[in-house]
Amino acid sequence: MRFVDEYRDAGTARALSARIAGLCEPGRAYAFMEVCGGHTHTIYKHGLEDHLPPAVSLVHGPGCPVCVIPMGRVDDAMHIARQDGVIMTSFGDMMRVPGSHGSFFDANAEGTDIRMVYSPLDSLKIARANPDRRVVFMAIGFETTTPSTALTVRRAAAEGLRNFSVFCNHITIVPALRAILDSPDVRIDGFVGPGHVSTVIGCRPYDFIPRDYGRPLVVSGFEPLDILQSIHQLLRQLRDGRCEVENQYTRVVAAAGNPVALAVIDEVLEPRPDFEWRGLGRIPWSAMRVRERYAAFDAERIFAPPGARVEDPKACQCGEVLTGVIKPWECKVFGTGCTPETPIGACMVSPEGACAAYYNFGRARHRATGPAKELSRS
Amino acid sequence: MTTTRTAAGTRTAADRSESGVLGRVEAARRRRPKLRDTHITSAHGAGGKATATLVDAVFLEELRNPLLEPLEDAAVFSADGTRLALTTDSFVVTPLFFPGGDIGDLAVNGTVNDLAVAGACPLHLACAVILEEGLAVDDLRRIVASMARAATDAGVSIVTGDTKVVQRGRADGCYVTTTGVGLVPADVHLGAARARPGDTVLVTGPIGDHGITVLLARGELDISADVTSDTASLAGLTSRLLTAVGAPADGPGVRAMRDATRGGVATILNEVATAAGVGVIVDEDAVPVRPTVRGACELLGLDPLYVACEGRMVVVVAAEATEAALAALRSHPLGVDAAVIGRIADDPPGMVLLNTAFGGTRIVDLLVGDPLPRIC
Repeated sequence: MRFVDEYRDAGTARALSARIAGLCEPGRAYAFMEVCGGHTHTIYKHGLEDHLPPAVSLVHGPGCPVCVIPMGRVDDAMHIARQDGVIMTSFGDMMRVPGSHGSFFDANAEGTDIRMVYSPLDSLKIARANPDRRVVFMAIGFETTTPSTALTVRRAAAEGLRNFSVFCNHITIVPALRAILDSPDVRIDGFVGPGHVSTVIGCRPYDFIPRDYGRPLVVSGFEPLDILQSIHQLLRQLRDGRCEVENQYTRVVAAAGNPVALAVIDEVLEPRPDFEWRGLGRIPWSAMRVRERYAAFDAERIFAPPGARVEDPKACQCGEVLTGVIKPWECKVFGTGCTPETPIGACMVSPEGACAAYYNFGRARHRATGPAKELSRS
Repeated sequence: MTTTRTAAGTRTAADRSESGVLGRVEAARRRRPKLRDTHITSAHGAGGKATATLVDAVFLEELRNPLLEPLEDAAVFSADGTRLALTTDSFVVTPLFFPGGDIGDLAVNGTVNDLAVAGACPLHLACAVILEEGLAVDDLRRIVASMARAATDAGVSIVTGDTKVVQRGRADGCYVTTTGVGLVPADVHLGAARARPGDTVLVTGPIGDHGITVLLARGELDISADVTSDTASLAGLTSRLLTAVGAPADGPGVRAMRDATRGGVATILNEVATAAGVGVIVDEDAVPVRPTVRGACELLGLDPLYVACEGRMVVVVAAEATEAALAALRSHPLGVDAAVIGRIADDPPGMVLLNTAFGGTRIVDLLVGDPLPRIC
């Protein structure tokens, strides 16, 4: 497939992995955090860790938006969905995330009208087709998906739609990265930076990481060779004694980001003073809400959900997984109490979640019988 | 695997190691699944883990018998010295009409294929339809005409049936259930549990065409691609394969055949791994997928291995019969793109491993629910 296959070539990967191994100083171990859940998915789906020398380990970061939605927000969404005449819509990933009383799928089975959409604009279509119902879009995601939510609100306003609103749970990556770096347990030598987010915000917002925390960051694409190349760039910086923000994903990411997208976000949404993240706790100015000007499209103003605060289940160690303090398999309930069928923590729900990705794809590498053998090709 | 605990209940170092944890995970996976759900959700119909749990915990629990227990596509039994295969399937596809087919030919081919992959020569079908008030009679005519054509092509006749009508809003236009019976030759012995280490795994053509066609035909995605459903009767193909290499109780030949419908090829491979207690090793770059299907899957974040087919099957064949099986499949119009995609191994038991095209290794597990597109 053009523009895809060239980023998945096994021969190039082998050559790159040899160069990666050559950059590792003897006796030194390196831990790099891939911030984005999309990277985690790619790493496991393609078996990318098989190309890394033992000295390099990957730490799975907080960049799966589904994983960091706290239970309270799911409960609030459920509260809205159960109001008379409401059709709740959200992305597919969200459908299985557990609230305190089950997931959207469970609520659907009990008669609540919750529909999966591929884009917020699909919610708008549903609103137009159901003028006697109140259609709410549960908006989640980092800056990657925020512009489409903002555009949808603007379009709804332009059309004068009165039965559409957004339950805004958009979050921003930079405060989360700062929270991780401020954590006393952090043991990360560099970051594989989030490519999709950077298409919107650009590279400059990460400048504080090398400046204030002395760690390099390479904005990375999502194909497996992109990630290997980013790891190579990180190692080269460390070997050269440099510490910078580099852009591996130049074919998509501009240093200044996408000013049009940023403008539409700024027009419709504003930073929220406080937002709770699953596993990371409250992080100030880390999320977005609908501006007063578009209050008529703000589900939180219209339905006044209770603002539920629900403690994460005690057994769940999502926070430690998300900050890289422990590996998914080190969680107390991994794979036994918490599985993709019966997730306790959100990291086990989305295929982008570190635990689900490791459970679904990654167990092969370190199977119970010992380190993975070289599998002979048939 | 060390799983001992100290008297205080704390885990030993071996327990806490990665392989110790994974040992416990595999032990948990091998236990019979427990149905914890209180309501049916869409996941129970998706063909993955939830479906398997539901079937095991509710249907098998109450209806258990030696013919049902292997959960093959069709039950094979003897009556008066004749070996018969019996199967049934319901069809609830939306939309009713899609490029390359409709619910009518799907309902005939699906049941014919369940008989064919059991090694049977399909004889007769029964058909029950549930119609929703408001369905256009012209649409019903099209569906039934399509059933008639598919039945003729497959060499079966629809010999009995039933019709019910429900109120508007209580069905999705039209549901079809077909039940089929066929004759199984005395020397044909098939079953997923017969797979043995060293056997070869084949697919009969490019995978995922049907699932992607139906997904795009729903029109919710604003994506168009030149792809049509692969719905077809496999009876001619299985007959040619069995004539060429046979499926003897002992000795080389075909061990198992399964048509890859809901849950796709990945689900079939997991069923083989579990039923036979073997490992299935698949080479990603050997799996045939049309570029348009691959492209659509890339866009939607889906894995073609889990996307439904309606005219493809997975065949497990003894190593020494592989070339003959491949030649037989490729000599039939429905098998020209047949390919060897992997092999059966003794390790890891009950698991499917994929050698990725990128040069890594990963697990291919049963799906939890419907494959859900990722958000970014």
